[in-house]
Amino acid sequence: MPGPTISEQQVRHVARLARLAIDEGRMPVLTAQLQSILQYIAKISQADVSGVEPMAHALPIHNVLREDAVEPALPLEQVLQNAPQTDGPFFKVPKVIGGEEDSAG
Amino acid sequence: MDFPDTLIPARDAIREGRISSRQLTRHVLDRIESLNGRLNAFNSVWADRAMQVAAQVDEGRIGGPLAGVPIAIKDNLCTAFGTTTCSSKMLRQFRSPYDATVVRKLESAGAVIVGKTNLDEFAMGSSTENSAFGPTLNPWDPARVPGGSSGGSAAALAAGMCCGAVGSDTGGSIRQPAALCGVVGLKPTYGRVSRYGLVAYASSLDQIGPFGWTVADAALLLGVMAGHDPKDSTSVSEPVPDYVADLDRPVEGLRIGLPREYQLAGGIDARVKSAVEAAVGRYQQLGAEVVEVSLPHTEYGIAAYYVIAPCEASSNLARYDGVHFGHRTSERVRDIIELFSRSRAEGFGAEVQRRIMIGTYALSSGYYDAYYLRALKVRALIRRDFDEAFKRCDVILCPTSPTPAFRVGEKTGDPLQMYLVDVFTVTCNIAALPGISIPCGFTDDPRPLPIGLQLIGPTFSEQKLLRIARMYEAATDWHRRRPAELVGD
Repeated sequence: MPGPTISEQQVRHVARLARLAIDEGRMPVLTAQLQSILQYIAKISQADVSGVEPMAHALPIHNVLREDAVEPALPLEQVLQNAPQTDGPFFKVPKVIGGEEDSAG
Repeated sequence: MDFPDTLIPARDAIREGRISSRQLTRHVLDRIESLNGRLNAFNSVWADRAMQVAAQVDEGRIGGPLAGVPIAIKDNLCTAFGTTTCSSKMLRQFRSPYDATVVRKLESAGAVIVGKTNLDEFAMGSSTENSAFGPTLNPWDPARVPGGSSGGSAAALAAGMCCGAVGSDTGGSIRQPAALCGVVGLKPTYGRVSRYGLVAYASSLDQIGPFGWTVADAALLLGVMAGHDPKDSTSVSEPVPDYVADLDRPVEGLRIGLPREYQLAGGIDARVKSAVEAAVGRYQQLGAEVVEVSLPHTEYGIAAYYVIAPCEASSNLARYDGVHFGHRTSERVRDIIELFSRSRAEGFGAEVQRRIMIGTYALSSGYYDAYYLRALKVRALIRRDFDEAFKRCDVILCPTSPTPAFRVGEKTGDPLQMYLVDVFTVTCNIAALPGISIPCGFTDDPRPLPIGLQLIGPTFSEQKLLRIARMYEAATDWHRRRPAELVGD
């Protein structure tokens, strides 16, 4: 049975969704690898799952609640200690809005 | 001076004053010093800190069931000391502000953590070749892989660079390296051990577990690590029995299930097949009854796993954005999206990127039902298979890995081939079951390679599973074999 196919254009789309800047040079090999993996996992389409409830967790785990009490949180300096760039008590990032080009879509 | 390389004898030797924890820890650190350059099992070694903890044990200031024993932990477990890298360029310099719960528990029990071990990046892989810091090599034959993703922990133990080790298992990442390195490795029931502070790969499948030279060593480590943790809402409050106390009592009327589908599976190395068959024979001599069982959805196991795990991974790894922690690109970027995308492309290795891509694709609009939702239904069917099978047997027996350790580089070019080595291990994670790998033979290569036997039990049956494993171990000598001494560099 022929499995699903994925084009380089689709791979670019998925990379954009995944926020991965993939070099054009890697595209042919990556597309071929993803294609072969997708064809393999398409095997699940052959299983008869009619009337089967999806199982997100294999244990019957339900919502776990705790007392709504204030507990100590990490001090600010520890929260920021691994940040690549900070400015006082803030994480520092490039300008988010009002750039020349809106590529947030 | 002769030092025990197994956990309980080492602990007892310290307890009885025959050796000090400092002597043993120094000895282990010396072995790391001479061998790690060759094997690359450790990402980081915390010698000074380890010696300080050892001194506190010797001074009687720290006690407990692991008092003074050198332990290695996988470098995806957060420690408030040193770095927690996940063998990724993304986290090369990451310093966790807190300890994982298992780290707290190990140290409260007196363990001396000597270092943090190499892994496939973010625990994604089956050979420890997907590490940003280079592959770990197998102490039995350094031309071969130790398995993965907890290959560093398994290799460190097999080479005598610790007396016990801890790893994590999402699709076989404890059991398969245990098999390939000739040691015992246990993946507990999902929820048995807290995942707080384990860097998440696939949260509904990940579980932390022990490596030991013996079933008893693995049992002791499990007992220390298991139990409910308010910080992990998926950990369960099931009581933790003393896994060691009862270990030598054989299971009466033991019924061993051999899945028909596993026997029909292709690609099993003949030497693995005959070692496992011999193990079945040994169990029969010990009075076990062998029953054929059926796990009809076995053929969908790997496919379901490589949908569920990448989907969860693509979500879990979304947190690495180059803003809050982890690698940030030094390229000039136009906007924040480019900052995310460049930082992630630079920080993640090829296999991690592939899994993020697969997961993102499978969860994207229009594909969700065909992949993720369907995989969760297959998951229910796989669990149902096991529930049915366990009505007829106490434990399911099969190889851990279809082959002994393969050569470094042999499977790196073809990601799918690498996925297929997980055929006997992934279903345990999918169905939340405990599984243990124990040594059951060696190849007759000039450098003999270990072969692993896997036993799978119902949820929370660890105590019985360990006793069943111990029955075989007590009747065999495989666990006493050690690799030929390597010449360090």
